[in-house]
Amino acid sequence: MNPTLHQVLVVFGVLFGLFGVGALLTWAERRLLALWQDRYGPNRVGPFGLLQVVADMIKIFSKEDWIPPFADKPVFVLAPLVIMVATLLSFAVVPFAPNIEIANLNIGLLFFLAMSSLSVYGVALAGWASNSKYALLGSLRAVGQMLSYEVFMGLALMGVVAQAGSFGLRDIVLAQRGLWFGVPQFIGLGIFFIAGLAETRRIPFDLPEAESELVAGFHTEYSGMKFAMFFLGEYIAITLIAALTVTLFLGGWLGPWLPPLVWFLLKTFCLVGLFILIRATLPRLRYDQLLELGWKRMLPLALLNLIVTGAVILWRKGV
Amino acid sequence: MNPEQDILQELPRRFAEAHIRPQATCDGLPTVWVAAARAHDVLRYLQAEADRPYRMLYDLTAIDERRRSHRADQPPGAFTVVYHLYSFERKADLRLKVALPGERPGVRTVTDLWPAANWYEREVWDMFGIAIEGHPRMARILMPPWWEGHPLRKEHPTRATEMGPFRMSAAKQAELEDRLEFRPEEWGLARQGADAEFMFMNMGPNHPGTHGVLRVALQLDGQRIVDLACDIGFHHRGAEKMGERQTWHTYIPYTDRIDYVGGVMNNFPYVLAVEQLAGIKAPDRAKVIRIMLAELFRIISHLVYYGTFCQDLGAMSPVFYMFTDRERALDVVAAITGARMHPGWFRIGGVAQDLPAGWERLVRDFLDYLPPRLDEYDRVVLRNRIFQDRTRGIGAISADEALAWGATGPLLRACGLAWDFRKQTPYGGYDQFDFEVPTGQQGDSYDRATVHVAEMRQSLRIIEQCLAHMPPGPYKAEHPLTTPPPRERMLHDIETMIDHFLGVSWGPVIPPGEAAVRVEAAKGCNSYYLISDGGASAYRTRIRTPSFAHLQMLPRLSRGLMIPDLIAILGSLDFVLADVDR
Repeated sequence: MNPTLHQVLVVFGVLFGLFGVGALLTWAERRLLALWQDRYGPNRVGPFGLLQVVADMIKIFSKEDWIPPFADKPVFVLAPLVIMVATLLSFAVVPFAPNIEIANLNIGLLFFLAMSSLSVYGVALAGWASNSKYALLGSLRAVGQMLSYEVFMGLALMGVVAQAGSFGLRDIVLAQRGLWFGVPQFIGLGIFFIAGLAETRRIPFDLPEAESELVAGFHTEYSGMKFAMFFLGEYIAITLIAALTVTLFLGGWLGPWLPPLVWFLLKTFCLVGLFILIRATLPRLRYDQLLELGWKRMLPLALLNLIVTGAVILWRKGV
Repeated sequence: MNPEQDILQELPRRFAEAHIRPQATCDGLPTVWVAAARAHDVLRYLQAEADRPYRMLYDLTAIDERRRSHRADQPPGAFTVVYHLYSFERKADLRLKVALPGERPGVRTVTDLWPAANWYEREVWDMFGIAIEGHPRMARILMPPWWEGHPLRKEHPTRATEMGPFRMSAAKQAELEDRLEFRPEEWGLARQGADAEFMFMNMGPNHPGTHGVLRVALQLDGQRIVDLACDIGFHHRGAEKMGERQTWHTYIPYTDRIDYVGGVMNNFPYVLAVEQLAGIKAPDRAKVIRIMLAELFRIISHLVYYGTFCQDLGAMSPVFYMFTDRERALDVVAAITGARMHPGWFRIGGVAQDLPAGWERLVRDFLDYLPPRLDEYDRVVLRNRIFQDRTRGIGAISADEALAWGATGPLLRACGLAWDFRKQTPYGGYDQFDFEVPTGQQGDSYDRATVHVAEMRQSLRIIEQCLAHMPPGPYKAEHPLTTPPPRERMLHDIETMIDHFLGVSWGPVIPPGEAAVRVEAAKGCNSYYLISDGGASAYRTRIRTPSFAHLQMLPRLSRGLMIPDLIAILGSLDFVLADVDR
């Protein structure tokens, strides 16, 4: 096939695939939560309630595009876009399969970390532009939480980088042909996954949008299409964290018998299911407890992991 | 004379000039009249200096006496303020009455003696127009600030149709809009502290964490709560005023809606009080049916509490499990009474109908079903590390302080005081049952949750005993005032037929007198203080609810904590707004 055409197909495939996945996850999460909570969930529209996604979309598209009069209009509109774009851009570096990848950057991991830092802006600006106290408190919490969890999210990944000897995600996957990094880097895996929960603001780290406290936190004032972008952005971010966990720790597309892409998707969706299971299980932490967990437990653990990894690598090389 | 009455001899000896006069009441509670000038001294003596003092201000209310005919034995006065005290050492109540002459009387505050008096005195002002001198923040509490008149005064209309059409002019609307503006001073909150300007946040009356139409004004320094003030009354329906309008019999369904998750638990104190006024003794079978249903509703109420508490802490799933369980319990209730949440099933002199055939199996099934589920919730919720971190040490209060605030029920028991009125002064037949009184130690939100959970297990134990020992016999008392009278009798003889006809069409006429009965309801102590003037409806119905006293403690429990802690405390308190506002 013409390489340019292939690339174009991959780009659009990934883009629309992600929208589809995000939309489907809204349904999957509700059905899975319902399963674990002894109830039905959406099961009326279409087979297994699958067309609920379409019904929701019709509803959300036909809603009035309302901006509160007290809001800072341009920023208010921009904020959900920032989240959406930053999350989608991160997927540019994810290798789905040996020949399905948008960009093979040699600093892919750094690119992902940079993009996830950018999405903090979306949350912060949304809360600020809403000019509402609930939104403000929500976005303050979000910024504190995401900034501090990014620190050791990055640190947790350095063990993997040291072992693979590269920041490129394709190289990292290929380096796992013998053994998945999830085994030697199990501490890194745990920390990255927990930080991922915090990055995506999921229970037990959903303080920025804690319903019983802050109504809806930073997106209290949003409705219609702009709310849908936050919503979809959250699901795509979950998929991103799951996809990266798979790439970095669980061997990416590697696996016997099945085609590489199937392996990748299988692993990713299992992790997404785990995200949802955690949401069905745990209560929410308090703000100070969250920061304490981050700075007093996760950070030292991540540093220790990095030091031990480095020492082992050096020892093996016989320095 | 029994020991709980010795205060009646002690007081006149000590306060010779205070015109202490006892009054006989149907409920047998020691009741004394005190001259208004000395009332505060007597109350201070009772609260602090007396041997085995009365440390709880259980209730504080008033009576408009101006249209009452049967009160020749009582001192003259247009209004009466009633202080209902409780001494835990004596295990005894004391009702202290102060007669006030004139249309616009006043009385001195007792907030300096009991912090709990604050809201009660505001309610007395709001409802009766009795001025409270020296009150720290006198304002209306249940009615909106622009309301004209005081609803529980006899001249205030009972129905909206007596008040003329409602009109909202542009000027009035503008005025009301203006009143909605938040001015911290009106709430007793300062705008500025020593080194910071506070942020004020409005929570409610429409907020996911407030369990109903409660409005809380938060004074924040960052995310830390400096102080807060509650705005209640959004759920006020004038239940006490309705008691003066409905007949004794037709008021029963109204009581269901006071603590709307407590169902027949609300009927219980009301019918017991009416039975005391009428001198009816309910038969054994009726007593056991009442206890069984009341305990079922205790479980139902606690399951709602448990589930919503978890939800407040961000746990999504428990509320679904617990509401499913609650639905099982409601199925049993529905099979017996025909209704789910508000059966209104108790009657003056018994219950509405006998138990249906096959009720044993339904109750048995539920008794087998719930315990393993509760064990599972212990693992999922109570032993969950995050749940513990969020609730341990949050909103803690000592037993002594809880008493001063009028706390009762699980809230008091969580402080370590094993005080349950089903055990201490059994009513309605509870002395025949074997159960324990679970307690906590710290008095914090976590202990409140564990006490609630342990109480569900004890309630199951009581229901088990009801099932095993349900006595045979009639489910209604043989008494002319039983309403409606037993059907077999009504179809058999003309006298009972006449009683039935009068009781249903006009309402039973209850002899004059006063009675207050307290029950250990799901949320704490609920009592109905009924005054009959020999009519077909109550002259005065006073409903003392646990939620009112408990919600009043909210600022005390939450100062210095963070917003998520406030939500945890609100969830752990176990209140419903209908029970607060009545």
